[in-house]
Amino acid sequence: MAVTQQPKVERKWIGKSIRRVEDPRFLLGRGAYVDDITLPGMLHAAILRSPYPHATIKSIDVDAARSLPGVVAVVTGAEAAELCAPMPDFGPAPDKHVWRCLAVDKVRYVGEGVAAVVAKSRYLAEDARDLIQVDYEPLPPIVDPEQALEAGAPLVHDALGSNVAYERTFTFGDVDKDFAEAEVVVSDRLRWNRSGGQPLETVGAVAHYDLGTGMMTIHCNSLTFSHFLFMMANTLKVPSNKLDVKPVNAGGSFGSKFWAVKVAVLSGMLSKRVGRPVKLVEDRIDNISNCDHHGSDRVYYVEMAAMRDGTLRSLRLRTIDDYGAYIQFGTGTHGNSLAQLVGPYRIKTAQYQVQAVLTNKCQQGAYRGFGSEVTNWMVERMVDLVAQEIGMDAVDIRRRNFIQPDQFPYFIPTGNMYDSGNYEAVLDKALGMIDLEHWRAEQKRLREEGRYIGIGVISAQERSVFSATEFWFWFDEPAAKVTSSPESVTLTVDGAGNITATLYSCAFWGNSAETMVAQLVAEEFDVEPQNVNIVYSGSNRSLPATGPGGSRFTVMVAGAVQGASTRIKEKMFKVAGHLLEADVGDLEWADGAVRVKGVPERSKPTAEIAAWLHLFKHSLPDDIESGLEASKVYDHPYTTMPSDDRTNLGVFYPFMGNACHIPVIEVDITTGHVTFLQYVAVHDAGTLVNPRSLGGQIIGGTAQGIGTALYEQYAYDKDGQLVTSSYMDYLIPSAMEVPDLEIGHEETPSPFTVHGIKGGGEGGRMMTPAALSAAIDDALAPFGVRCNELPATPERIVNWIEEGRSRQPKITQ
Amino acid sequence: MVDRHRVELVVNGETETREVEPRRLLVDFLREDLGLLGAHIGCEHGVCGTCTVLMNGETIRSCITFAVQADGQEITTVEGLASNGKFHPVQEAFWEKQGLQCGYCTPAMMLRTVEILRENPSPTREQVREGIASQLCRCTGYQYIIDAVLEAARTMSAGTQTDGKVPVTQGAGPSSAEAAAQTPGAGPALEEEAEDASRQKES
Repeated sequence: MAVTQQPKVERKWIGKSIRRVEDPRFLLGRGAYVDDITLPGMLHAAILRSPYPHATIKSIDVDAARSLPGVVAVVTGAEAAELCAPMPDFGPAPDKHVWRCLAVDKVRYVGEGVAAVVAKSRYLAEDARDLIQVDYEPLPPIVDPEQALEAGAPLVHDALGSNVAYERTFTFGDVDKDFAEAEVVVSDRLRWNRSGGQPLETVGAVAHYDLGTGMMTIHCNSLTFSHFLFMMANTLKVPSNKLDVKPVNAGGSFGSKFWAVKVAVLSGMLSKRVGRPVKLVEDRIDNISNCDHHGSDRVYYVEMAAMRDGTLRSLRLRTIDDYGAYIQFGTGTHGNSLAQLVGPYRIKTAQYQVQAVLTNKCQQGAYRGFGSEVTNWMVERMVDLVAQEIGMDAVDIRRRNFIQPDQFPYFIPTGNMYDSGNYEAVLDKALGMIDLEHWRAEQKRLREEGRYIGIGVISAQERSVFSATEFWFWFDEPAAKVTSSPESVTLTVDGAGNITATLYSCAFWGNSAETMVAQLVAEEFDVEPQNVNIVYSGSNRSLPATGPGGSRFTVMVAGAVQGASTRIKEKMFKVAGHLLEADVGDLEWADGAVRVKGVPERSKPTAEIAAWLHLFKHSLPDDIESGLEASKVYDHPYTTMPSDDRTNLGVFYPFMGNACHIPVIEVDITTGHVTFLQYVAVHDAGTLVNPRSLGGQIIGGTAQGIGTALYEQYAYDKDGQLVTSSYMDYLIPSAMEVPDLEIGHEETPSPFTVHGIKGGGEGGRMMTPAALSAAIDDALAPFGVRCNELPATPERIVNWIEEGRSRQPKITQ
Repeated sequence: MVDRHRVELVVNGETETREVEPRRLLVDFLREDLGLLGAHIGCEHGVCGTCTVLMNGETIRSCITFAVQADGQEITTVEGLASNGKFHPVQEAFWEKQGLQCGYCTPAMMLRTVEILRENPSPTREQVREGIASQLCRCTGYQYIIDAVLEAARTMSAGTQTDGKVPVTQGAGPSSAEAAAQTPGAGPALEEEAEDASRQKES
């Protein structure tokens, strides 16, 4: 974990906006997604889902379904529980909130699976599903997370004895002192409602259990499958070396396919049951109501302490997070929050109380930001509140509190480290791209016409590259040491000198992993990126690899590519030294060849060395084996243990990007509709590998942030019914709701990563909700509106305006 | 005995005849009966547009259209865009401008583009925005897609013609799908991208 200063270097391929190497197959419609897979003898499955949020299953009658021609099997939850162990669960006390692939005895949310049908076609499977009769005894549901805390609330899991899966207060520094000395303390209740990734392709799997070999092969669009494979094997009751998860191109993920296990387990279980390949692909209602990954769902009670001059001192909060009926990843989403709890600011102390609550809703998982996007929103909302309280400008208060470039590496109160940054440069670049004076003048002019425009300015963090300590530092006595969370690459140079890169624990998922690796390999070997062949390994025989998530892939794979390249070049130098009759120390790499230093005519290109290594080993020194291939398992370059008392959580998410978003919006006060007038976004993700590709991530993430901020919510009514179970109600932004962005990049290289790269895939969504909330406040300042709940739907905005009018009766417009 | 109907339709220029159940969805017919896997299923209730194909040159949602409704009609899917080993200009433009990320909505988005450009060969940026609003994309935020549609309009009006009803049979670009994987430098660094309004790379 040594700091290596990396001077600005000239690079051939890193930093170029080349066309993506992935694209041709998708442009041709040959994406080879999971639903495109057909295996000989394959059957199709459909899942019967609970219409009740909370009910006891008294009986299930499957006779009519089983006797329908074309139906091969009908499996109830009770039968599935014999075929499978409970689902993998990182949570505290998994035995007290047991999660199964199909419900047994009782259902805990609308959409939970109750029975599965396997038939010759999906049509027949759904026909049979409709013939299953379930006798439910409804129980009172618990829907509101704060009510779930009350004594006497209905229990989601009787064995737990309450609805609190986890609760703890972390105190970092002398918070009480800072609050006692503060000149200003602001407080608020903030509400972030749940939304989700909603890729246009749902989760699917084709499983094939081979009774002859005992091998369970599952083709699925789940990502990050190797790292936790042993847990899935345990659920499926197969040895981990007999479970092969085959990567399949995923039609988008945004977190929602991060180790998506439910569909994979169901298809595997059903294949084992019927002895034939089984395909299970969620339809949209399945995905909305029962996917593995609803996003964060938090209530905050927050206080921020500050001085009259704008100096921020401390942050003290309680957060109640509604995890739904199961808690598969424990409170990992709050690990993300603690990674960047104080934003880009020199806030010295913090107190964080988390209550992870269970209710009758679908479970939480991952959604682009993994909980840190909510933290960004909360911090920025509170900074804006301090600014408002002391009458300070939004830009000035941020500038006053930024961690300065000479203070890195900077350790925040929680113990996590920020590796590097230049927050003022990011802010200044964004301000340079927008004419604030013009917009302020417009704002004034239009208000006189009864029109309301607003400008939001926020600066916030994008943590990247987690180490998995954040999944266990919650507990005092975990059976874990500092967790290395590696990524791996194998580079294979064939006899003609062409290079294949093998990736592990991931499939294509919409990001540009292939282009990244192609550019990184091209940089090492002076080849054209388009000529690097990229393949994905299944989990069987996988090298240690975590897989994409938490904006880790490009950073980590860059380390792996560099390490594997170094090993290959060492072997090439040995061979070249022999062929050129030169000492290895006298050789250098130049233009795709090994040559005698400064003597271009005494040179051996990659292809020639590769040919020697594949064909003529006996003409080479004895200690050189045939072949030219190397792997590198690249472990997390900087992560440390938490302290025993958890007043310091160690370094677990250190490569810290930063961004400034400045949207200019107009709010129609009659309809509550928000339109965009301009949107500037400047991001610093360290060294850029492909600026246009990162730009695509920023724009796409911002579009999702707009959805989160204004439109999208998995809404459950007071009776626990999911009222947004289709795209008629769950509103994904179209081209009419997303403006063109003006993007700027700062590049502050990380001193700890290869090439200085930081992660950047989630940043758009991590900034936009805070920026739009600030812009809404600014637009509606005459009404005293405070945007403290998202999504800020037209209805909410109109209500805020009405409330403001009732507080200020003189405003009549 | 399940009721079946005979359908005969022209798909990507070829006549196809099958017996289908009346309830069989066109998207399932295309994918499972004809093996045209470029038509994707997104929501199955007609909102997202991922299943969009052209029927007689006009976009339809194949997830809420029955196969029997396509009897006697002409259908074009993404597989009908490229021909003779060459990309259609719209495919070329989507690659050039990175008008895709995961690729799942892309076939539908390109077919909608063919329709937009047939109706208006030189649309404004705002006309394109409104035109593609029928199609959801969850990855891109649409900006590069709009860039791509405008690029396709530019290249198509500059040379290659298409009536949009039956896709062009000649590609415009120098690179083909197969060639892309093999030709050195098939994807040149896009220096001109520095002038693209949607990206400002500064050191």
